[in-house]
Amino acid sequence: MRKRIFIQKFFYILLLLTTFIVVIFVFGIIIYLIVKGGKAISWEFLSEKPSNGMREGGILPAIIGTLYLVLGTLIFSLPIGIFSAIYLNEYANKNRLTRVIRLSIVNMAGVPSVIFGLFGLGFFVIFLGLGRSIISGSLTLALLILPIVITSAEEALKNVPDTYRNASLALGATKWQTITRIILPQALPGIITGAVLGIGRAAGETAPILFTVAVFYQPNLPKSIFNQAMALPYHLFALITQVADAPEDKKWGTALVLLILVLFFSVIAAVIRTRLRMKKRVRL
Amino acid sequence: MDNFHKRFRNFNNFITSKFVFLNGILSIIVLGLILAFLIYNSLKFFTAYPIFDFLGGREWLPGSDTPKFGLLPLLVGSAIVSFGAIIIAVPLGVGAAIYIGELAPQPLREILKPVIEVLASIPSVVIGFIGMTLLSDFVKNLFDLSTGLTALTGSIMLAFMSLPTIVSISEDAIHAVPDRYRFASIALGADRWQTTYKTVVPAASSGIIAAIMLGLGRVIGETMTVLMVTGNSPRLVFSWLQPVRTITATIAAEMGETVQGGLHYSALFAIGLILFLITFCVNLTADRFVNRIREMG
Repeated sequence: MRKRIFIQKFFYILLLLTTFIVVIFVFGIIIYLIVKGGKAISWEFLSEKPSNGMREGGILPAIIGTLYLVLGTLIFSLPIGIFSAIYLNEYANKNRLTRVIRLSIVNMAGVPSVIFGLFGLGFFVIFLGLGRSIISGSLTLALLILPIVITSAEEALKNVPDTYRNASLALGATKWQTITRIILPQALPGIITGAVLGIGRAAGETAPILFTVAVFYQPNLPKSIFNQAMALPYHLFALITQVADAPEDKKWGTALVLLILVLFFSVIAAVIRTRLRMKKRVRL
Repeated sequence: MDNFHKRFRNFNNFITSKFVFLNGILSIIVLGLILAFLIYNSLKFFTAYPIFDFLGGREWLPGSDTPKFGLLPLLVGSAIVSFGAIIIAVPLGVGAAIYIGELAPQPLREILKPVIEVLASIPSVVIGFIGMTLLSDFVKNLFDLSTGLTALTGSIMLAFMSLPTIVSISEDAIHAVPDRYRFASIALGADRWQTTYKTVVPAASSGIIAAIMLGLGRVIGETMTVLMVTGNSPRLVFSWLQPVRTITATIAAEMGETVQGGLHYSALFAIGLILFLITFCVNLTADRFVNRIREMG
Protein backbone atom coordinates (compact mmCIF):
# COMPACT_ATOMS: atom_id res chain seq x y z
CA MET A 1 0.00 0.00 0.00
CA ARG A 2 2.76 2.39 0.94
CA LYS A 3 4.53 1.48 -2.28
CA ARG A 4 1.45 2.38 -4.28
CA ILE A 5 1.20 5.78 -2.66
CA PHE A 6 4.88 6.32 -3.30
CA ILE A 7 4.48 5.43 -6.97
CA GLN A 8 1.53 7.78 -7.26
CA LYS A 9 3.46 10.63 -5.64
CA PHE A 10 6.43 9.98 -7.88
CA PHE A 11 4.40 10.15 -11.07
CA TYR A 12 2.41 13.17 -9.93
CA ILE A 13 5.61 15.06 -9.32
CA LEU A 14 7.00 13.94 -12.67
CA LEU A 15 3.89 15.15 -14.51
CA LEU A 16 3.91 18.42 -12.61
CA LEU A 17 7.53 18.82 -13.63
CA THR A 18 6.79 18.35 -17.35
CA THR A 19 4.03 20.94 -17.16
CA PHE A 20 6.38 23.22 -15.30
CA ILE A 21 9.07 22.93 -18.00
CA VAL A 22 6.61 23.90 -20.71
CA VAL A 23 5.25 26.86 -18.76
CA ILE A 24 8.75 28.06 -17.85
CA PHE A 25 9.70 27.95 -21.52
CA VAL A 26 6.74 30.15 -22.49
CA PHE A 27 7.31 32.72 -19.77
CA GLY A 28 11.07 32.49 -20.24
CA ILE A 29 10.84 33.55 -23.87
CA ILE A 30 8.42 36.39 -23.20
CA ILE A 31 10.33 37.77 -20.21
CA TYR A 32 13.69 37.42 -21.95
CA LEU A 33 12.37 39.33 -24.97
CA ILE A 34 10.92 42.06 -22.80
CA VAL A 35 14.19 42.48 -20.91
CA LYS A 36 16.41 42.38 -24.01
CA GLY A 37 14.12 44.22 -26.41
CA GLY A 38 12.68 46.74 -23.98
CA LYS A 39 15.89 48.76 -24.05
CA ALA A 40 15.72 49.26 -27.81
CA ILE A 41 12.16 50.44 -28.00
CA SER A 42 11.79 54.18 -28.18
CA TRP A 43 9.65 56.57 -30.16
CA GLU A 44 12.43 56.92 -32.74
CA PHE A 45 12.68 53.15 -33.11
CA LEU A 46 8.97 52.89 -33.89
CA SER A 47 8.63 56.00 -36.06
CA GLU A 48 11.77 56.14 -38.19
CA LYS A 49 13.01 54.35 -41.26
CA PRO A 50 16.06 52.15 -40.99
CA SER A 51 19.28 53.82 -42.08
CA ASN A 52 22.95 52.99 -42.60
CA GLY A 53 22.22 49.54 -44.01
CA MET A 54 19.71 48.67 -41.25
CA ARG A 55 22.21 49.40 -38.49
CA GLU A 56 20.55 52.62 -37.34
CA GLY A 57 17.12 54.16 -37.30
CA GLY A 58 13.84 52.41 -36.70
CA ILE A 59 11.44 49.87 -38.12
CA LEU A 60 8.46 51.97 -39.21
CA PRO A 61 8.23 50.63 -42.80
CA ALA A 62 8.27 47.06 -41.51
CA ILE A 63 5.44 47.78 -39.05
CA ILE A 64 3.38 49.54 -41.74
CA GLY A 65 4.06 46.73 -44.22
CA THR A 66 2.90 44.09 -41.76
CA LEU A 67 -0.25 46.07 -40.99
CA TYR A 68 -1.03 46.31 -44.73
CA LEU A 69 -0.52 42.58 -45.09
CA VAL A 70 -2.70 41.81 -42.10
CA LEU A 71 -5.47 44.04 -43.43
CA GLY A 72 -5.25 42.49 -46.90
CA THR A 73 -5.30 38.99 -45.42
CA LEU A 74 -8.42 39.85 -43.43
CA ILE A 75 -10.19 41.31 -46.47
CA PHE A 76 -9.55 38.18 -48.53
CA SER A 77 -10.01 35.46 -45.94
CA LEU A 78 -13.00 36.72 -43.93
CA PRO A 79 -15.71 36.70 -46.66
CA ILE A 80 -14.52 33.43 -48.19
CA GLY A 81 -14.23 31.86 -44.75
CA ILE A 82 -17.71 32.98 -43.72
CA PHE A 83 -19.41 31.77 -46.91
CA SER A 84 -17.52 28.53 -46.76
CA ALA A 85 -18.73 27.99 -43.19
CA ILE A 86 -22.29 28.95 -44.20
CA TYR A 87 -22.18 26.28 -46.86
CA LEU A 88 -20.94 23.64 -44.44
CA ASN A 89 -23.36 24.48 -41.65
CA GLU A 90 -26.50 25.69 -43.46
CA TYR A 91 -26.50 24.05 -46.88
CA ALA A 92 -24.34 20.92 -46.99
CA ASN A 93 -25.92 17.51 -46.72
CA LYS A 94 -24.16 14.72 -44.91
CA ASN A 95 -22.68 13.18 -48.00
CA ARG A 96 -19.39 12.21 -49.50
CA LEU A 97 -18.68 15.69 -50.88
CA THR A 98 -19.05 17.25 -47.45
CA ARG A 99 -16.69 14.66 -46.03
CA VAL A 100 -14.12 15.51 -48.72
CA ILE A 101 -14.50 19.25 -48.03
CA ARG A 102 -13.86 18.70 -44.33
CA LEU A 103 -10.89 16.51 -45.10
CA SER A 104 -9.46 19.22 -47.38
CA ILE A 105 -9.85 21.83 -44.68
CA VAL A 106 -8.02 19.63 -42.17
CA ASN A 107 -5.30 18.92 -44.70
CA MET A 108 -4.99 22.55 -45.74
CA ALA A 109 -4.40 23.43 -42.09
CA GLY A 110 -1.51 20.99 -42.12
CA VAL A 111 0.18 22.19 -45.31
CA PRO A 112 3.57 23.67 -44.33
CA SER A 113 3.75 27.44 -44.61
CA VAL A 114 6.70 27.27 -46.98
CA ILE A 115 4.50 25.31 -49.42
CA PHE A 116 2.01 28.17 -49.34
CA GLY A 117 4.97 30.40 -50.15
CA LEU A 118 5.85 28.24 -53.16
CA PHE A 119 2.23 28.20 -54.30
CA GLY A 120 1.93 31.96 -53.87
CA LEU A 121 5.04 32.41 -55.98
CA GLY A 122 3.88 30.00 -58.68
CA PHE A 123 0.24 31.06 -58.80
CA PHE A 124 -0.24 34.66 -57.66
CA VAL A 125 3.17 36.15 -58.45
CA ILE A 126 3.91 34.45 -61.77
CA PHE A 127 0.79 32.73 -63.18
CA LEU A 128 -1.65 35.55 -62.41
CA GLY A 129 1.07 38.12 -63.00
CA LEU A 130 0.50 40.02 -59.77
CA GLY A 131 4.25 40.20 -59.17
CA ARG A 132 5.89 40.37 -55.80
CA SER A 133 3.39 42.66 -54.15
CA ILE A 134 1.23 43.28 -51.13
CA ILE A 135 -1.72 41.72 -52.94
CA SER A 136 0.20 38.50 -53.69
CA GLY A 137 1.40 38.28 -50.11
CA SER A 138 -2.05 38.97 -48.68
CA LEU A 139 -3.67 36.34 -50.89
CA THR A 140 -1.04 33.78 -49.90
CA LEU A 141 -1.50 34.52 -46.19
CA ALA A 142 -5.29 34.47 -46.62
CA LEU A 143 -5.13 30.90 -47.94
CA LEU A 144 -2.85 29.96 -45.06
CA ILE A 145 -5.34 31.11 -42.41
CA LEU A 146 -8.49 30.06 -44.27
CA PRO A 147 -8.85 26.77 -42.34
CA ILE A 148 -8.74 28.67 -39.03
CA VAL A 149 -11.37 31.16 -40.23
CA ILE A 150 -13.68 28.48 -41.66
CA THR A 151 -13.46 26.22 -38.62
CA SER A 152 -14.20 28.95 -36.10
CA ALA A 153 -16.95 30.51 -38.24
CA GLU A 154 -18.61 27.12 -38.54
CA GLU A 155 -18.38 26.63 -34.80
CA ALA A 156 -20.04 30.04 -34.30
CA LEU A 157 -22.85 29.22 -36.75
CA LYS A 158 -23.40 25.88 -35.04
CA ASN A 159 -23.95 27.68 -31.74
CA VAL A 160 -26.90 29.68 -33.09
CA PRO A 161 -29.98 27.74 -31.87
CA ASP A 162 -32.24 26.18 -34.50
CA THR A 163 -35.25 27.98 -32.97
CA TYR A 164 -33.91 31.19 -34.54
CA ARG A 165 -33.80 29.59 -37.99
CA ASN A 166 -37.27 28.08 -37.67
CA ALA A 167 -38.84 31.29 -36.36
CA SER A 168 -37.38 33.31 -39.22
CA LEU A 169 -38.44 30.81 -41.88
CA ALA A 170 -41.93 30.57 -40.34
CA LEU A 171 -42.28 34.34 -40.73
CA GLY A 172 -41.79 33.92 -44.47
CA ALA A 173 -38.13 34.89 -44.81
CA THR A 174 -36.08 33.09 -47.42
CA LYS A 175 -33.15 30.95 -46.41
CA TRP A 176 -30.76 33.65 -47.54
CA GLN A 177 -32.60 36.37 -45.59
CA THR A 178 -32.54 34.13 -42.53
CA ILE A 179 -28.81 33.64 -42.87
CA THR A 180 -27.85 37.26 -43.47
CA ARG A 181 -30.27 38.95 -41.05
CA ILE A 182 -30.71 36.44 -38.24
CA ILE A 183 -27.91 33.90 -38.10
CA LEU A 184 -24.87 35.94 -39.13
CA PRO A 185 -25.42 38.77 -36.61
CA GLN A 186 -25.77 36.16 -33.87
CA ALA A 187 -22.61 34.35 -34.92
CA LEU A 188 -20.54 37.44 -35.65
CA PRO A 189 -18.49 37.65 -32.42
CA GLY A 190 -17.43 34.03 -32.78
CA ILE A 191 -16.52 34.58 -36.41
CA ILE A 192 -14.47 37.66 -35.57
CA THR A 193 -12.60 35.72 -32.87
CA GLY A 194 -11.47 33.17 -35.42
CA ALA A 195 -10.49 35.83 -37.93
CA VAL A 196 -8.43 37.72 -35.35
CA LEU A 197 -6.65 34.52 -34.30
CA GLY A 198 -5.96 33.87 -37.96
CA ILE A 199 -4.46 37.26 -38.73
CA GLY A 200 -2.38 37.00 -35.56
CA ARG A 201 -0.85 33.92 -37.12
CA ALA A 202 -0.49 35.66 -40.49
CA ALA A 203 1.32 38.62 -38.90
CA GLY A 204 4.06 36.37 -37.55
CA GLU A 205 4.62 34.19 -40.62
CA THR A 206 7.82 34.56 -42.62
CA ALA A 207 8.01 31.67 -45.07
CA PRO A 208 4.85 32.53 -47.07
CA ILE A 209 5.90 36.15 -47.60
CA LEU A 210 9.53 35.37 -48.37
CA PHE A 211 8.95 34.95 -52.14
CA THR A 212 5.64 36.78 -52.52
CA VAL A 213 6.04 40.24 -51.05
CA ALA A 214 8.89 40.80 -48.63
CA VAL A 215 11.69 43.16 -49.55
CA PHE A 216 14.94 43.65 -47.65
CA TYR A 217 14.89 47.42 -47.72
CA GLN A 218 12.59 49.98 -49.27
CA PRO A 219 13.22 53.67 -48.78
CA ASN A 220 9.60 54.73 -49.31
CA LEU A 221 6.42 53.34 -47.86
CA PRO A 222 4.41 51.25 -50.38
CA LYS A 223 2.05 53.41 -52.44
CA SER A 224 -0.22 50.75 -53.89
CA ILE A 225 -1.17 47.14 -53.34
CA PHE A 226 1.05 46.22 -56.28
CA ASN A 227 4.18 47.41 -54.49
CA GLN A 228 6.49 45.21 -52.50
CA ALA A 229 6.68 45.91 -48.80
CA MET A 230 8.92 45.35 -45.82
CA ALA A 231 7.40 43.22 -43.08
CA LEU A 232 8.32 42.70 -39.43
CA PRO A 233 9.05 38.96 -39.44
CA TYR A 234 11.17 39.20 -42.57
CA HIS A 235 12.91 42.32 -41.28
CA LEU A 236 13.90 40.44 -38.13
CA PHE A 237 15.10 37.49 -40.20
CA ALA A 238 17.13 39.79 -42.45
CA LEU A 239 18.66 41.63 -39.47
CA ILE A 240 19.75 38.34 -37.94
CA THR A 241 21.04 36.52 -41.00
CA GLN A 242 21.92 39.09 -43.66
CA VAL A 243 23.15 42.24 -41.99
CA ALA A 244 26.73 41.88 -40.80
CA ASP A 245 27.26 43.34 -37.33
CA ALA A 246 23.68 44.54 -36.91
CA PRO A 247 23.32 45.92 -33.39
CA GLU A 248 21.91 43.39 -30.93
CA ASP A 249 19.37 45.78 -29.45
CA LYS A 250 17.81 46.44 -32.89
CA LYS A 251 17.26 42.70 -33.33
CA TRP A 252 15.75 42.18 -29.90
CA GLY A 253 13.66 45.34 -30.26
CA THR A 254 12.24 44.11 -33.58
CA ALA A 255 11.54 40.68 -32.07
CA LEU A 256 9.72 42.28 -29.14
CA VAL A 257 7.59 44.54 -31.37
CA LEU A 258 6.65 41.52 -33.49
CA LEU A 259 5.75 39.49 -30.40
CA ILE A 260 3.66 42.32 -28.96
CA LEU A 261 1.79 42.73 -32.25
CA VAL A 262 1.03 39.00 -32.49
CA LEU A 263 0.04 38.68 -28.82
CA PHE A 264 -2.14 41.78 -29.21
CA PHE A 265 -4.30 39.87 -31.69
CA SER A 266 -4.47 36.87 -29.34
CA VAL A 267 -5.58 39.10 -26.49
CA ILE A 268 -8.31 40.72 -28.61
CA ALA A 269 -9.56 37.27 -29.59
CA ALA A 270 -9.52 36.13 -25.96
CA VAL A 271 -11.45 39.22 -24.85
CA ILE A 272 -14.15 38.74 -27.49
CA ARG A 273 -14.41 35.07 -26.57
CA THR A 274 -14.77 35.79 -22.84
CA ARG A 275 -17.43 38.45 -23.43
CA LEU A 276 -19.25 36.03 -25.65
CA ARG A 277 -19.25 33.39 -22.93
CA MET A 278 -20.55 35.83 -20.33
CA LYS A 279 -23.37 36.94 -22.63
CA LYS A 280 -24.42 33.35 -23.19
CA ARG A 281 -24.49 32.67 -19.49
CA VAL A 282 -26.83 35.61 -18.95
CA ARG A 283 -29.19 34.44 -21.68
CA LEU A 284 -29.42 30.99 -20.16
CA MET B 1 -46.83 40.32 -60.11
CA ASP B 2 -47.02 37.84 -57.32
CA ASN B 3 -45.88 35.17 -59.70
CA PHE B 4 -42.98 37.32 -60.83
CA HIS B 5 -42.02 37.94 -57.25
CA LYS B 6 -42.04 34.27 -56.49
CA ARG B 7 -39.95 33.47 -59.51
CA PHE B 8 -37.48 36.22 -58.59
CA ARG B 9 -37.18 34.75 -55.13
CA ASN B 10 -36.59 31.32 -56.50
CA PHE B 11 -33.96 32.64 -58.85
CA ASN B 12 -32.34 34.51 -55.98
CA ASN B 13 -32.29 31.39 -53.85
CA PHE B 14 -30.72 29.50 -56.71
CA ILE B 15 -27.94 32.06 -57.24
CA THR B 16 -27.10 32.41 -53.57
CA SER B 17 -26.99 28.67 -52.99
CA LYS B 18 -24.66 28.23 -55.97
CA PHE B 19 -22.47 31.08 -54.73
CA VAL B 20 -22.29 29.61 -51.24
CA PHE B 21 -21.57 26.18 -52.70
CA LEU B 22 -18.65 27.60 -54.66
CA ASN B 23 -17.17 29.01 -51.44
CA GLY B 24 -17.83 25.71 -49.73
CA ILE B 25 -15.77 23.69 -52.15
CA LEU B 26 -13.03 26.31 -52.34
CA SER B 27 -10.80 24.41 -49.92
CA ILE B 28 -10.87 21.41 -52.25
CA ILE B 29 -10.02 23.69 -55.17
CA VAL B 30 -7.16 25.36 -53.31
CA LEU B 31 -5.68 22.07 -52.17
CA GLY B 32 -5.97 20.77 -55.73
CA LEU B 33 -4.38 23.93 -57.13
CA ILE B 34 -1.48 23.70 -54.70
CA LEU B 35 -0.79 20.13 -55.79
CA ALA B 36 -1.25 21.05 -59.46
CA PHE B 37 1.17 23.97 -59.28
CA LEU B 38 3.78 21.97 -57.40
CA ILE B 39 3.64 19.32 -60.11
CA TYR B 40 3.46 21.84 -62.96
CA ASN B 41 6.49 23.77 -61.75
CA SER B 42 8.54 20.67 -61.01
CA LEU B 43 7.85 19.02 -64.40
CA LYS B 44 10.90 20.65 -65.93
CA PHE B 45 13.10 19.18 -63.22
CA PHE B 46 11.63 15.69 -63.48
CA THR B 47 12.08 15.62 -67.26
CA ALA B 48 15.59 17.06 -67.26
CA TYR B 49 17.06 15.30 -64.23
CA PRO B 50 17.13 11.49 -63.84
CA ILE B 51 14.63 10.54 -61.16
CA PHE B 52 16.86 7.95 -59.51
CA ASP B 53 19.69 10.46 -59.18
CA PHE B 54 17.15 12.67 -57.42
CA LEU B 55 15.56 10.14 -55.07
CA GLY B 56 18.78 8.25 -54.36
CA GLY B 57 21.28 11.10 -54.75
CA ARG B 58 23.62 11.65 -51.82
CA GLU B 59 24.69 15.15 -52.77
CA TRP B 60 22.80 18.43 -52.98
CA LEU B 61 25.03 20.82 -54.93
CA PRO B 62 22.76 23.17 -56.87
CA GLY B 63 25.42 25.81 -57.45
CA SER B 64 28.26 23.76 -58.94
CA ASP B 65 29.12 23.51 -62.65
CA THR B 66 27.42 20.14 -62.92
CA PRO B 67 24.63 20.73 -60.41
CA LYS B 68 23.58 17.77 -58.30
CA PHE B 69 20.13 17.51 -56.80
CA GLY B 70 20.22 14.52 -54.47
CA LEU B 71 17.23 14.35 -52.15
CA LEU B 72 18.79 12.14 -49.47
CA PRO B 73 20.76 14.74 -47.49
CA LEU B 74 17.67 16.95 -47.15
CA LEU B 75 15.29 14.07 -46.46
CA VAL B 76 17.63 12.65 -43.81
CA GLY B 77 18.06 16.16 -42.38
CA SER B 78 14.30 16.57 -42.06
CA ALA B 79 13.93 13.08 -40.62
CA ILE B 80 16.68 13.51 -38.01
CA VAL B 81 15.43 16.88 -36.82
CA SER B 82 11.76 15.80 -36.74
CA PHE B 83 12.46 12.49 -35.03
CA GLY B 84 14.49 14.22 -32.34
CA ALA B 85 11.79 16.82 -31.84
CA ILE B 86 9.07 14.19 -31.41
CA ILE B 87 11.22 12.17 -28.98
CA ILE B 88 11.52 15.28 -26.82
CA ALA B 89 7.99 16.60 -27.32
CA VAL B 90 5.97 13.43 -26.67
CA PRO B 91 6.92 12.86 -23.01
CA LEU B 92 6.72 16.57 -22.24
CA GLY B 93 3.49 17.16 -24.13
CA VAL B 94 1.59 14.05 -23.09
CA GLY B 95 2.85 14.46 -19.50
CA ALA B 96 1.64 18.04 -19.38
CA ALA B 97 -1.68 17.04 -20.97
CA ILE B 98 -2.24 14.30 -18.36
CA TYR B 99 -1.39 16.71 -15.57
CA ILE B 100 -3.67 19.44 -16.91
CA GLY B 101 -6.50 17.11 -17.85
CA GLU B 102 -6.54 14.73 -14.90
CA LEU B 103 -4.71 16.13 -11.92
CA ALA B 104 -4.67 19.92 -11.98
CA PRO B 105 -7.41 21.67 -10.00
CA GLN B 106 -9.98 23.40 -12.22
CA PRO B 107 -8.74 27.02 -11.82
CA LEU B 108 -5.15 25.98 -12.60
CA ARG B 109 -6.38 24.11 -15.66
CA GLU B 110 -8.10 27.22 -16.97
CA ILE B 111 -4.84 29.14 -16.68
CA LEU B 112 -2.39 26.50 -17.90
CA LYS B 113 -4.05 25.70 -21.19
CA PRO B 114 -4.13 29.26 -22.57
CA VAL B 115 -0.55 29.80 -21.35
CA ILE B 116 0.67 26.82 -23.36
CA GLU B 117 -1.41 27.90 -26.34
CA VAL B 118 0.34 31.29 -26.29
CA LEU B 119 3.43 29.37 -27.36
CA ALA B 120 1.68 28.58 -30.65
CA SER B 121 1.37 32.25 -31.49
CA ILE B 122 5.02 33.16 -30.96
CA PRO B 123 6.40 33.70 -34.49
CA SER B 124 8.87 31.09 -35.69
CA VAL B 125 11.55 33.70 -36.46
CA VAL B 126 11.45 34.78 -32.83
CA ILE B 127 11.79 31.18 -31.63
CA GLY B 128 14.61 30.71 -34.12
CA PHE B 129 16.38 33.82 -32.85
CA ILE B 130 16.16 32.59 -29.25
CA GLY B 131 17.50 29.21 -30.36
CA MET B 132 20.40 30.81 -32.21
CA THR B 133 21.48 33.02 -29.36
CA LEU B 134 20.73 31.05 -26.19
CA LEU B 135 20.37 27.37 -27.02
CA SER B 136 23.15 27.06 -29.60
CA ASP B 137 25.81 28.25 -27.12
CA PHE B 138 24.46 25.84 -24.55
CA VAL B 139 24.59 22.90 -26.98
CA LYS B 140 28.03 23.93 -28.17
CA ASN B 141 29.49 24.02 -24.66
CA LEU B 142 27.64 20.96 -23.40
CA PHE B 143 28.94 18.65 -26.13
CA ASP B 144 32.15 20.59 -26.79
CA LEU B 145 31.36 21.18 -30.47
CA SER B 146 32.78 23.63 -32.98
CA THR B 147 29.31 24.98 -33.69
CA GLY B 148 26.11 24.94 -31.68
CA LEU B 149 23.92 25.09 -34.78
CA THR B 150 23.09 21.40 -35.04
CA ALA B 151 20.21 19.03 -35.70
CA LEU B 152 19.78 18.69 -31.92
CA THR B 153 19.35 22.45 -31.51
CA GLY B 154 16.64 22.33 -34.15
CA SER B 155 14.98 19.32 -32.51
CA ILE B 156 14.77 21.04 -29.15
CA MET B 157 13.27 24.25 -30.53
CA LEU B 158 10.84 22.35 -32.75
CA ALA B 159 9.79 20.16 -29.83
CA PHE B 160 8.63 23.25 -27.97
CA MET B 161 6.90 24.57 -31.07
CA SER B 162 4.90 21.37 -31.44
CA LEU B 163 3.92 21.29 -27.76
CA PRO B 164 0.84 23.54 -28.00
CA THR B 165 -0.66 21.19 -30.60
CA ILE B 166 0.25 18.04 -28.67
CA VAL B 167 -0.81 19.33 -25.25
CA SER B 168 -4.02 20.95 -26.42
CA ILE B 169 -5.40 18.04 -28.45
CA SER B 170 -4.23 15.32 -26.01
CA GLU B 171 -5.81 17.21 -23.15
CA ASP B 172 -9.10 17.49 -25.05
CA ALA B 173 -9.01 13.75 -25.60
CA ILE B 174 -8.27 13.03 -21.93
CA HIS B 175 -10.97 15.43 -20.84
CA ALA B 176 -13.46 13.74 -23.17
CA VAL B 177 -13.08 10.35 -21.46
CA PRO B 178 -16.43 9.80 -19.69
CA ASP B 179 -16.33 9.95 -15.90
CA ARG B 180 -17.97 6.54 -15.61
CA TYR B 181 -14.66 5.00 -16.75
CA ARG B 182 -12.93 6.62 -13.79
CA PHE B 183 -15.65 5.69 -11.33
CA ALA B 184 -15.64 2.10 -12.51
CA SER B 185 -11.88 1.88 -12.16
CA ILE B 186 -11.88 3.36 -8.68
CA ALA B 187 -14.80 1.16 -7.63
CA LEU B 188 -12.68 -1.84 -8.61
CA GLY B 189 -10.06 -0.74 -6.09
CA ALA B 190 -7.59 1.12 -8.31
CA ASP B 191 -6.03 4.26 -6.92
CA ARG B 192 -6.08 7.53 -8.82
CA TRP B 193 -2.75 7.06 -10.57
CA GLN B 194 -3.63 3.52 -11.65
CA THR B 195 -6.95 4.84 -12.96
CA THR B 196 -5.12 7.52 -14.91
CA TYR B 197 -2.58 5.36 -16.64
CA LYS B 198 -4.48 2.10 -16.95
CA THR B 199 -7.94 3.43 -17.80
CA VAL B 200 -8.00 7.08 -18.83
CA VAL B 201 -4.86 7.24 -20.96
CA PRO B 202 -5.66 4.08 -22.95
CA ALA B 203 -9.21 5.33 -23.47
CA ALA B 204 -7.83 8.62 -24.79
CA SER B 205 -5.08 6.99 -26.84
CA SER B 206 -6.65 7.72 -30.24
CA GLY B 207 -6.73 11.41 -29.43
CA ILE B 208 -3.21 11.35 -28.06
CA ILE B 209 -1.92 9.65 -31.21
CA ALA B 210 -3.81 12.17 -33.36
CA ALA B 211 -2.20 14.96 -31.32
CA ILE B 212 1.26 13.49 -31.83
CA MET B 213 0.69 13.09 -35.57
CA LEU B 214 -0.51 16.68 -35.90
CA GLY B 215 2.49 17.82 -33.87
CA LEU B 216 4.71 15.81 -36.20
CA GLY B 217 3.08 17.49 -39.19
CA ARG B 218 3.88 20.87 -37.71
CA VAL B 219 7.49 19.82 -37.00
CA ILE B 220 8.15 18.50 -40.51
CA GLY B 221 6.75 21.65 -42.09
CA GLU B 222 8.44 24.19 -39.83
CA THR B 223 10.72 26.37 -41.88
CA MET B 224 12.19 29.52 -40.39
CA THR B 225 13.28 28.08 -37.05
CA VAL B 226 15.13 25.16 -38.62
CA LEU B 227 16.64 27.45 -41.22
CA MET B 228 18.09 29.56 -38.43
CA VAL B 229 19.23 26.96 -35.91
CA THR B 230 20.28 23.79 -37.73
CA GLY B 231 23.39 25.20 -39.35
CA ASN B 232 22.31 24.96 -42.98
CA SER B 233 24.66 22.31 -44.24
CA PRO B 234 23.15 20.08 -46.94
CA ARG B 235 25.51 17.15 -46.33
CA LEU B 236 24.39 13.61 -45.67
CA VAL B 237 25.04 13.03 -41.95
CA PHE B 238 23.41 10.74 -39.44
CA SER B 239 24.15 12.60 -36.25
CA TRP B 240 22.28 14.96 -34.00
CA LEU B 241 25.45 16.85 -33.18
CA GLN B 242 26.23 18.09 -36.69
CA PRO B 243 24.76 20.80 -38.85
CA VAL B 244 22.05 19.59 -41.25
CA ARG B 245 19.61 21.13 -43.69
CA THR B 246 15.95 20.19 -43.94
CA ILE B 247 13.71 20.22 -47.03
CA THR B 248 11.83 23.27 -45.79
CA ALA B 249 14.99 25.23 -45.00
CA THR B 250 16.43 24.44 -48.43
CA ILE B 251 13.40 25.89 -50.20
CA ALA B 252 13.43 29.03 -48.06
CA ALA B 253 17.18 29.55 -48.32
CA GLU B 254 17.66 28.90 -52.03
CA MET B 255 14.51 30.16 -53.74
CA GLY B 256 15.78 33.74 -53.57
CA GLU B 257 18.90 32.99 -55.59
CA THR B 258 17.37 30.90 -58.38
CA VAL B 259 16.55 31.93 -61.93
CA GLN B 260 12.80 31.80 -62.43
CA GLY B 261 11.94 28.79 -64.57
CA GLY B 262 15.46 27.34 -64.34
CA LEU B 263 16.45 23.84 -63.28
CA HIS B 264 17.28 24.84 -59.71
CA TYR B 265 13.98 26.71 -59.39
CA SER B 266 12.13 23.68 -60.66
CA ALA B 267 14.11 21.39 -58.34
CA LEU B 268 12.93 23.41 -55.32
CA PHE B 269 9.34 22.89 -56.41
CA ALA B 270 10.12 19.18 -56.73
CA ILE B 271 11.33 18.92 -53.13
CA GLY B 272 8.29 21.03 -52.19
CA LEU B 273 6.13 18.37 -53.82
CA ILE B 274 7.86 15.65 -51.78
CA LEU B 275 7.32 17.68 -48.61
CA PHE B 276 3.65 18.23 -49.49
CA LEU B 277 3.11 14.50 -50.01
CA ILE B 278 4.81 13.63 -46.70
CA THR B 279 2.76 16.10 -44.65
CA PHE B 280 -0.39 15.08 -46.52
CA CYS B 281 0.09 11.46 -45.43
CA VAL B 282 0.84 12.50 -41.85
CA ASN B 283 -2.31 14.64 -41.74
CA LEU B 284 -4.48 11.92 -43.24
CA THR B 285 -3.24 9.50 -40.60
CA ALA B 286 -3.97 12.06 -37.89
CA ASP B 287 -7.47 12.52 -39.28
CA ARG B 288 -8.08 8.76 -39.09
CA PHE B 289 -7.40 8.86 -35.36
CA VAL B 290 -9.47 12.01 -34.85
CA ASN B 291 -12.44 10.24 -36.43
CA ARG B 292 -11.92 7.27 -34.17
CA ILE B 293 -12.40 9.55 -31.13
CA ARG B 294 -15.67 10.82 -32.60
CA GLU B 295 -16.90 7.28 -33.08
CA MET B 296 -16.03 6.46 -29.46
CA GLY B 297 -17.83 9.52 -28.10
